[in-house]
Parts: sequence; structure tokens; C-alpha cells
Amino acid sequence: MSLLEVRGLTTAFRTERGEINAVEDITFDIDEGEILGIVGESGSGKSVTALTIMGLLPQPPARVAAGSVRFRGETLTGMSEPRLERIRGSGISMVFQEPMTSLNPVFTIGEQIMETVRAHEKATPRELRDRAVEMLDKVGIPSAAKRLGDYPHQLSGGQRQRVMLAIALACRPKLLIADEPTTALDVTIQAQVLDLLMDLRDEFGMAVMIITHNMGVIAETADRVLVMYAGRIVEQAPVVRLFERPEHPYTRGLLECVPTLEQDTERLAAIPGSLPEPGRRPPGCRFAPRCRWRIDACRTGLPPLVEQEPGHASACIRAAEIAAQIGAA
Amino acid sequence: MPAGAPLEDELEVPERRQSPLRMTVVRLFRHQLFLSGLVLFGLIAVVGVLAPLLTDINPNKLGMRTRFQAPDAAFLFGTDNFGRSLWSRTVWGAQLSMMIGLSVVLLNAVFGTLIGALAGYFPRLDNVLMRVNDALMAFPAILLAIAITAVLGPSIVNAILALAIVYIPRTARIVRASVIVLREMEYVQAAIAAGAGHWRILRRHILPNAMAPLIVQLSFLFAYAVLSEATLSFLGLGAVPPTPTWGNIMAEGRQYMVEAPWIITIPGIALMITVMGLNLLGDGLRDVLDPRLRIQQ
Repeated sequence: MSLLEVRGLTTAFRTERGEINAVEDITFDIDEGEILGIVGESGSGKSVTALTIMGLLPQPPARVAAGSVRFRGETLTGMSEPRLERIRGSGISMVFQEPMTSLNPVFTIGEQIMETVRAHEKATPRELRDRAVEMLDKVGIPSAAKRLGDYPHQLSGGQRQRVMLAIALACRPKLLIADEPTTALDVTIQAQVLDLLMDLRDEFGMAVMIITHNMGVIAETADRVLVMYAGRIVEQAPVVRLFERPEHPYTRGLLECVPTLEQDTERLAAIPGSLPEPGRRPPGCRFAPRCRWRIDACRTGLPPLVEQEPGHASACIRAAEIAAQIGAA
Repeated sequence: MPAGAPLEDELEVPERRQSPLRMTVVRLFRHQLFLSGLVLFGLIAVVGVLAPLLTDINPNKLGMRTRFQAPDAAFLFGTDNFGRSLWSRTVWGAQLSMMIGLSVVLLNAVFGTLIGALAGYFPRLDNVLMRVNDALMAFPAILLAIAITAVLGPSIVNAILALAIVYIPRTARIVRASVIVLREMEYVQAAIAAGAGHWRILRRHILPNAMAPLIVQLSFLFAYAVLSEATLSFLGLGAVPPTPTWGNIMAEGRQYMVEAPWIITIPGIALMITVMGLNLLGDGLRDVLDPRLRIQQ
């Protein structure tokens, strides 16, 4: 049994144009201590997947239309709100993208850490304080005991993201969901926060699900990668394998967008066009209109996610051809 | 002495432990409008609190030989048509006005916040609560207050109840508007993700952040309440005569406006000082608590 088991998850939103599936038929596992990366463009369904797992989407308009999420053997989808509240923070935690607005401006950071612990555990004020200091220390805030009384506005963006991590990890969750944890930070700070994330994984032994649109972040941190496009998983592979032998044209496109030091290219390759709107998805393969490999057969029917080799699956009818071509090159 | 020592002292990082409350108070006391409002309102409030010390004349003591005395040394503010000391009546009136204003404000702070928070946070309750609110707000404020006191009968407590009922929907709307915005803030999402329940979210993350507009609103509400209560008394729907409320004094003085203009003028000025003080106070609070709304000079 994996730590988190997502099976055929479909989340639909009610809109004026009827019900639209934001994500469809998502299936994946996360093992204990594993770092799973989820990549895709904005709007590909990465965050909806994360929020559905946490049960944070407002219902209505959102609805889990099919599938299930199981965490340590317990089914989260359809679980009552009080039971979910117990799991959130202590079983699964989440760190958000925007550190500038993710902290409550009227409380000190110490109070906010203690608040989270208080929600899950019985502890004396002394223990709460010690825990807050310990957590701030763990996330690398210097002279932690002195900073307990600081307000969020006194901290920089990177420090705030560290405090967010301290809050998220205060109750020792088994799984941390990090939704674009470094997007809003300076490049130099990004690397520090990613390093910190991996150190904390090693120390606490938790699993991490890291959501990003940055292939560099994935390469640095993840053990395994899911590539999402227009609400579906298009490729799933161990990280090295994905970078070496991408099978889906979309994954290839994403990798070609990353500048490399070896190649002396003037321009970066871009994927032409843009993500289809959820209500106007093309029939057949959703990536087909933007794909330079497309053939007529792509327009008939959604290509299923097929495991080409153990641990490596992709949803492209020409996957074998594409992989072979890369291998030859 | 080593050369580096004094430099290190200068480099000592200053303590940055300044609580927001303290900074707000400091800023308020640098704000001139707020200060002048505080002085005006403070004057009336202190007079109200110290009423028993400021006058030893019973405000209802009649004096047939001292009717219609113009302000002089014996009667600081003169006397009315029954020879009662207007100084004493105005001072006790200040106490009543403060009590009534404070009661209405407290009732609003409790029930307005409760209704507004529930409506703003729980979309299911929003429609029911806000439609009742809208119905109450459809009446002109003073008309509704008159209708309620007409049903309940004239008394100070009933006037307080009537004014609370009239103003609670307005307070609730302001709280609701803040809550709706705050509900969508990322730190609320983060708190839910950390396992906080609805009650904890409301109490710890939403209401403390909704306080600034509420406090501003309540300071203006205090002024409206004092003014409206005076109106009700003036119309004979507030405290029953001879209770020395400013409205009552003015109602009685109205008939003698030509012969004894001080009877109606003195409580009128007291009322004006109170309302103006509170309005300046409210403007100052708004400038300091919500700097984005400040009018550029």
C-alpha cells in the first residue's frame, strides 16, 4: 500500500456552460519519503489535483465526479469535514505559492506556528513555544527564539516561505504538498528553499508532492514526475528517465523550452499555440492541435496512458516512435 | 582599546519588536483631526462620567422663583421654564447620551459582527440573513426607530433597543463585506490546509482582520446613535420627561425659543460637540487604520 493512492480522479466544476472536468482520470501513487513532481502549464490541472486531495475546493461548484483518493488506507474523497480537518496539517500539509499573502498579517509568526500545533495536539504553552522555536530553527530562520514575536511584514519573501514550511511541518505530516513553492521567490532564494525542502524530507521522512511549471525545479528535487496537460496525465516516469527518454511530444516540448549550457542556441524552442480552454477541448488527443508529430489518427479518441516500460507510461499513440528517435539522436 | 569594538556596537541590530497596536496608537496621536475629535468627544465623555461631581443640584428640582434665568453666575447655563438648572440638566444629559451611545455601539459590535460574519462566511446563511437585513434597511433609519419605539413605548431602554435594531443591519453589511474578501485570502486557505476548523478560522484569521473597518464604523455609529436618540426624545419617543436628555430639554425649550433661546441652544451645542468630535475621531481612525482610503491633501 502506498502512502497516497489516487485512482481515476475526476474533478468537475459547474459552470454556465455545464459541468466541465478540470482534471480527468488522474491515477498515481506516492510512496513514503518519495518526492513526486507534477509539471504542466498554468491551467493544466496541477493545483486542482492538489486541492482535491486536500478537500479544499469549494463544493459546489466543484465536485469529485469519479475516482478516489486514499491516504494511508483511508478514503479522503467523501470524508466528513471534521475528519478531514484532523488529517489536514497532521497527515497532509500544504505550502502555497504566494508567501507574501499566505501568512495572517495580524499575528506573530510564533503564534501562527503554535496555532497549527494547538489545532491538532494538546500541549502546554511552554511546549508550544519550544516547538515553534524548534521549527523556525529547522527551517533555517536565524536566532529563532528572538524571531517568534516578529510579524509577517518584518520578513522577506524567502523567510516567509520558510515560516510557511515551519507551519506546514509543525505537526510532522506524512505528506507535504508544495504548490509552486518557489515561483514567487528570487532565483537565488529558490535554490535555498528547494534545498531546505529536500533536507526536511530527509529529516522528517515525509513524502513531498511538488507542483511546478519549472522543469529545473523538477530535475533538482523530484524522484518521479507526472506531466499534466489539459487536465490529464500525459506522461509519468522516474525523473532521470523522463529527461533522457521523454515519450510524449508535450514533455519533449517542455524540455526543449529549458535553456542548456551545452547547446549554443540563439533562440529557445517554444510550443506553438496555447492550452485549450476546459470547455473547448479538441476531440481525440488534447495536445494534437499543437503537436508537430500529429497524424490523422490522433483526432479519433483519447490516447490511453500506456506503460511502455515498467514505471514509465505515456499517453501518445506514437510514443514508441518518438522515444526511438531520441535514442537514435 | 581594540579598533573594532565601537563599530560592532554601532552594528548592533535594533530590536524590531513593535506591536501593530502600539504603532497604531502612536500614529493616531500624530493625527491632528483624530486628536481634535478626541478632545471634543473626551470633553463630553468626561463631563458625563463626572456628572455627580460637577453639579450638586438635582436636575429635576423645580424653582418657581428662578424661571427663565439667563446664564449668569448663579446658574451657569441659566434655567428653563420650570426654573430647573440647565447646567445640571445638560451635564446629566451628557451622561445619558454617553450611556445610550455606548449601549447601541456594544449591541452593534456583538450582533452586527455575529450576523455579518455568519452571512459572509457561510454562503448558505448569506441569502436568508441578508434579505432580512435588506428589509430592515429599506426603512429610513429614523422612521423605523420611531415605529419600534411607538410599539414598545417610550423609555430609554426601548430607545436603545430601537436604535440597535435600526443600525445592526448596517454594521452587519460592513462586517460581511470584509469577511467575504478575507475568506478568499491565501492565509485562510493555508489555515484550512493546516487543519483549522470553521470556528477557528473565523475567530483567529478572519475577524481580527475585519476589525479596522468595524472600529471606524462604530465610531460613526456612536454619533448617529446620540443624534437619533436626541431626535427620539425631541419627538417624545425616547426617555420620558422630566428625564434630562438633550432631546427632552430641546423639546421643552422649543416653545420659548424667542424669549429664552439658551434653553434649546445649550443642549444643541453639546450635541453638536459630541457628534462633531465623534466624526473627527472616526475620520482619524479611518485614515490610520485603512491608509488606502485616505483622501490626499
